[in-house]
Amino acid sequence: MTTQTLIYIFVIASFVLYIGIAIWARATSTREFYVAGGGVNPIVNGMATAADWMSAASFISMAGLIAFLGYDGSVYLMGWTGGYVMLALLLAPYLRKFGQYTVPDFIGARYYSKAARVVAVICLIFVSFTYIAGQMRGVGIVFSRFLDVPITLGVVIGMSIVFFYAVLGGMKGITYTQVAQYCVLIFAYLVPAFFISFLITGNPIPQLGLGSTVNDGSGLYVLQKLDQSLVDMGFGAYTHGSKSMIDVFCITAALMIGTAGLPHVIVRFFTVPKASDARKSAGWALVFIALLYTTAPAVGAFARLNFVESVHQTEYSKAPAWFKNWERNDLIAWRDKNDDGKMQLAKGDAFAGKPEFTEKDGKNGERILSNDAADDSANEVYVDRDIMVLANPEIAGLPGWVIALVAAGGLAAALSTAAGLLLVISSSISHDLLKQTFRPKITEKGELLAARLAATAAIFVAGYLGIYPPGWVAQVVAFAFGLAAASLFPAIFMGIFSKRMNREGAIAGMLTGLIFTFLYIGYFKLWAPAGTNIADNWLFGISPEGIGVIGMLLNFGIAITVAKFTAAPPPEVEKLIDNIRVPRQS
Amino acid sequence: MAEDEQKAGEKRRAYWSDNLKLLGILMSIWFIVSFGAGILFRSWLDQFSIGGYPLGFWFAQQGSIYVFIILIFVYTIRMRAIERKYGLDD
Repeated sequence: MTTQTLIYIFVIASFVLYIGIAIWARATSTREFYVAGGGVNPIVNGMATAADWMSAASFISMAGLIAFLGYDGSVYLMGWTGGYVMLALLLAPYLRKFGQYTVPDFIGARYYSKAARVVAVICLIFVSFTYIAGQMRGVGIVFSRFLDVPITLGVVIGMSIVFFYAVLGGMKGITYTQVAQYCVLIFAYLVPAFFISFLITGNPIPQLGLGSTVNDGSGLYVLQKLDQSLVDMGFGAYTHGSKSMIDVFCITAALMIGTAGLPHVIVRFFTVPKASDARKSAGWALVFIALLYTTAPAVGAFARLNFVESVHQTEYSKAPAWFKNWERNDLIAWRDKNDDGKMQLAKGDAFAGKPEFTEKDGKNGERILSNDAADDSANEVYVDRDIMVLANPEIAGLPGWVIALVAAGGLAAALSTAAGLLLVISSSISHDLLKQTFRPKITEKGELLAARLAATAAIFVAGYLGIYPPGWVAQVVAFAFGLAAASLFPAIFMGIFSKRMNREGAIAGMLTGLIFTFLYIGYFKLWAPAGTNIADNWLFGISPEGIGVIGMLLNFGIAITVAKFTAAPPPEVEKLIDNIRVPRQS
Repeated sequence: MAEDEQKAGEKRRAYWSDNLKLLGILMSIWFIVSFGAGILFRSWLDQFSIGGYPLGFWFAQQGSIYVFIILIFVYTIRMRAIERKYGLDD
């Protein structure tokens, strides 16, 4: 059987599985639609949370990013796992005890204010749409590379699948499909990782392989060898990194706190039966996430080593098949600057910008580019970082079914996250805006219908963003985490741990954090003249990726000051806080 | 009645202060392994190694994640005991 046939079989089989689960787990009430009836086993919920959390970016892009960033890639590893400690210890059990359906629900009730609820809805929608556009793009990439389907059709197929189980099943359908998707994606991630670790080090466990010696008789450790080859070629050492310490610190913190404030992650903890289950569930979620997150740095390092060894100083005519495959897909490019027919890697860019191929072939058979030259660097090879995970099985020469598995895994990661995001968007519209703010008399049936319509509309917007990705999508992923850290996290945290925090303080704080972070990221990522997004221009040397931390501190500062000079919250709110702080129902 | 309520209030306060103490300890460890060992003291720790990993690099890409998991489960177990002690478990 050809690899292509295998890919079709794996992908179609996984889709049939998801649809089957969706039909079995239909939602019949708003409680089932929003929080799966509140009866999900904590370990099952942990698994669903892991699938919800690990997006196309975690599955496809993260190992590639780490491969090229080396130590600096740690910001993603610590940032996207450390947030679960904050969730489990500081937020999840209390929000579960509060026992409503959405994050704005909590903010609205705790700060006795419809305005606070609406501000929370705005933050939530902005964060979630930024995120979902990336998922749909991931679906498109997997379809076009592995199934030879045009990106548009790929996105439409992905949308239809999500439509089916998100609209029909609500949170209940999503929860159980996410469990299946977790199994598919983790299996798809680990199998090639085992193979590659074994090939390079003789130890099949990637976490141990990365700390072992290379299998080539040199006696060098993997990281030693990688450091050595990279330094020889003029790069910085893999284990050192090049970002400043304050920037690494702030990016890590912004990602951690942002994770703890992401609405689609928080609502997953509303689905377990009790407050104590929310803690347990967060622990299990992190176990399932860590399986991938401790494997990713090994995959990244192995991929870099493999890449360097098979490309550097190799004649193009003898380049491995995968190199030319991905060149055909526009994701790898080579420009023979010194005209020796060999490919050289070095620090710096091969040429300016993304590759723009002409129809002509060069004398070695390579595709000719029309990009402006970047002749200040000896580097001749352009490589899109996203291909590291997708191309790994080919680079390591693994069998066709492993490649098919990776395709199904990438789709599972993208679809599961997209579904979780769609749900929080639709529930914030039908529940927070309609039921709780503008149409309080809506019936249960009407609200359920509104939730389904909102989910449908959100799917169309997400699909549109996936087919016509606005240029800013890749630029503003920092927005999602920065805004969640600067706006939602402090409001929820103070709502639980401070009895004095009041409506005025919380609203002023959220708006300050939101606006400051929005303007800072927007300025450097979108509006500032090209070339000015550099450390010298940044506030305290903190990049837009890390600025959410400063936004959060401003939020805390403004909120506490304003609360000091305005009236304390009413006595009912004090009772509410006393109630959510203890697990026992009274 | 009033006495009962006062007692219940005291119990809640004691429970909450036990919780905050535990949180203080665990969040400090959380900070030390990630921001401390993985970032601030990473260069210094890199002179030691664990297998082929420089120690600071190991904390940043592996160790901190393992400690995070342990922290959550320790909290889960300790909180269970604290809640039982005050009769506030669910």
